[in-house]
Amino acid sequence: MRKQRQENNKITSDIIGFTLLAAAVIILLVCNLGIGSVRTPIRDILGSMGRGGAYAGAQASDTVRTILWRIRMPRAMAALILGGALGLAGYLLQTFFHNPIAGPFVLGISSGAKLTVALVMVFLLGSGIRVSSWGMIAAASAGAFLAMGFVLVMSRRVSGMAMLIVSGVMIGYICSAVTDLVVTFAQDADIVNLHDWSKGSFSGITWENVAVMAAVVAVSSAAVLLLAKPIGAYQTGESYAVSVGVDLRRLRMALVLLSSMLAACITAFAGPVSFVGIAVPHLVKKIFRTSKPLVMIPGCFLGGSVFCLFCDLLARTLFAPTELSISTVTAVFGAPVVLAVIRNRKRERG
Amino acid sequence: MEPCFFQTRQLAAGYHNEPVLRDITVDVDRGEILTLIGPNGAGKSTLLKSIAGQLPLISGSVWLDGRKTSDMSRQELSRRMAVVFTDKTYTELMTCGDVAAGGRYPYTGRFGVLSKQDWEIVRGAMEKTRAADLWDRDFNRISDGQRQRVLLARALCQQPEILLLDEPVSYLDIRYKLEFLSTLQRLVKETRMSVIMSLHELDMAQRISDKVLCIGNGGMERFGPPEEIFRDGYIGRLFGVESGSYDEGNGTTELEAAQGAPQVFVLAGGGSGRDTYRRLQRNGTAFATGILYTHDLDYPPAKALACEVVSLPGGESMGEAQLKAAKKLVDACGEVIVCRETFGPWEQMNRELWEYILKSGKRISGGKK
Repeated sequence: MRKQRQENNKITSDIIGFTLLAAAVIILLVCNLGIGSVRTPIRDILGSMGRGGAYAGAQASDTVRTILWRIRMPRAMAALILGGALGLAGYLLQTFFHNPIAGPFVLGISSGAKLTVALVMVFLLGSGIRVSSWGMIAAASAGAFLAMGFVLVMSRRVSGMAMLIVSGVMIGYICSAVTDLVVTFAQDADIVNLHDWSKGSFSGITWENVAVMAAVVAVSSAAVLLLAKPIGAYQTGESYAVSVGVDLRRLRMALVLLSSMLAACITAFAGPVSFVGIAVPHLVKKIFRTSKPLVMIPGCFLGGSVFCLFCDLLARTLFAPTELSISTVTAVFGAPVVLAVIRNRKRERG
Repeated sequence: MEPCFFQTRQLAAGYHNEPVLRDITVDVDRGEILTLIGPNGAGKSTLLKSIAGQLPLISGSVWLDGRKTSDMSRQELSRRMAVVFTDKTYTELMTCGDVAAGGRYPYTGRFGVLSKQDWEIVRGAMEKTRAADLWDRDFNRISDGQRQRVLLARALCQQPEILLLDEPVSYLDIRYKLEFLSTLQRLVKETRMSVIMSLHELDMAQRISDKVLCIGNGGMERFGPPEEIFRDGYIGRLFGVESGSYDEGNGTTELEAAQGAPQVFVLAGGGSGRDTYRRLQRNGTAFATGILYTHDLDYPPAKALACEVVSLPGGESMGEAQLKAAKKLVDACGEVIVCRETFGPWEQMNRELWEYILKSGKRISGGKK
């Protein structure tokens, strides 16, 4: 009976946790729309949202409407969707490698995606061809899979989580260096935009981008949620997972594909965003006091959204009108989390 | 005759298509415990992993209840076979109850949510392995012995008909070793499940097993009941023991005996000499001892540690031959240790030997230090 009551308490506290995260998402969404170099009263935001951009209220001026509907709205949506994807990708990678400091950025997966996207854009833009959102995702996926493949090879050769991370960081450096070369020597005006993107930014997102990323992220996230049960078994250890009937090969394959896909999607639209993937799963674990996938998966998504919406808000407004790159802000908040994790692990092992 | 519940036929197991073991053919019935013994690296874990389906079989087959395990679905196999292996378990913020509940996996639905009935089963399994009081404890903050109990409970949650364990008590202290194996024995009796486990604790393997499979460096060597395995110095040969010795009758070990001509004669018997033998071994002193019946408590350590033992089979009466041999040894030694001074009527010769020693003028000391 004590057990039953504990279970109920747990469920209640989970609900509270999710409610808080969802509330944070909504509040930050409103802030992201309302705060910026052009003042936009709440009334206008609501009017603009309520009736849809094209039929915005008479009170809202055209400029405000354009800013809200064309710039801030898609940008906020991107932070929400891609932030969630980042949180989830980090969670999947940490689970896959049994490594608490894994993430798409430190493992070089984001940088791999960045490199292929840059190459494709420079090449195609040079020949005067515009790259669609799907094309960007395809290019990013190719790079993400390549980098992931490299990390997988390294993970068989090196022992210890620290060495794996070091290999990932090295891959990241190599890819970034090549990307910088490509971007520096590409003179085309369009490619100048690449420079911002290659440092990581949610700016310049269009509704078409949002639609594509929403589709990809929704499908991937749903797939992850359906894998919650085998992921839970896998977390405790591989031989135990097999013994309860998990198809290890298929699960590992799915984890690799989904985490690379999510990482690729983020990089295709926002460039490499650091530390969100590592930090969010730990913060979410702290909130819910559990590592159960059924809680962690939606938790990491919402947590990632909150983290990115918050950081993008700061990136835009802190030194407005100058924008910071998103990674500058995420690093400030994410890196300490990673340090805390490392310190705590050491202490736990005594 | 009905075939055994569990069988392997000409099993070859190994990594990357290179067999470490070949031609493993064993039978285990319901309610039986099969123990794998053998030196490190011989392939005990490899065999267990292959049986569990965690390593592909190179050739041969594993049969469960008249069917090949390779024809069973993952779910069916996981409802019939459970493991307690040595692989590291990673948990974070998981209680022991959560870990054990993981064993209900083959019985839960799409999202793995446990029903009330499932929780009852988990609770029951934790009670059976005496881990119920650990329910709310963090799995990372319990002792090795407690951890094994929780992992055993987890395996029981699968309600298996056969349980595989790889060195389940290796890192436990003697209390937990005994506790774990006793629990296992009790569970086997209650549930009639079959058990296959590897053990490095030979004494315990000898006592708990219904059958023993010996895996030497060349593969499978012997398979049979423990009384056929633990005899005639076979264990020493199986492990390639070169220094020291293993006494299969008692399951005890002795370190390597001192070499050379005996310097000390030990008058012992009835268990009075064992500690002296070991003390002499520690000091590196070669010694002789007697006169012992071969069924004497002192005889196995004497046999293992003394360079010469004057002995005779139980049931015979001590005669002049033994006395003469012993006197000769006393003469050859510079010192005598007398561990006992009272002798029964059937060992008149030991009394005579004692008197001979007293008269000999040798340096005499008592057995106790």
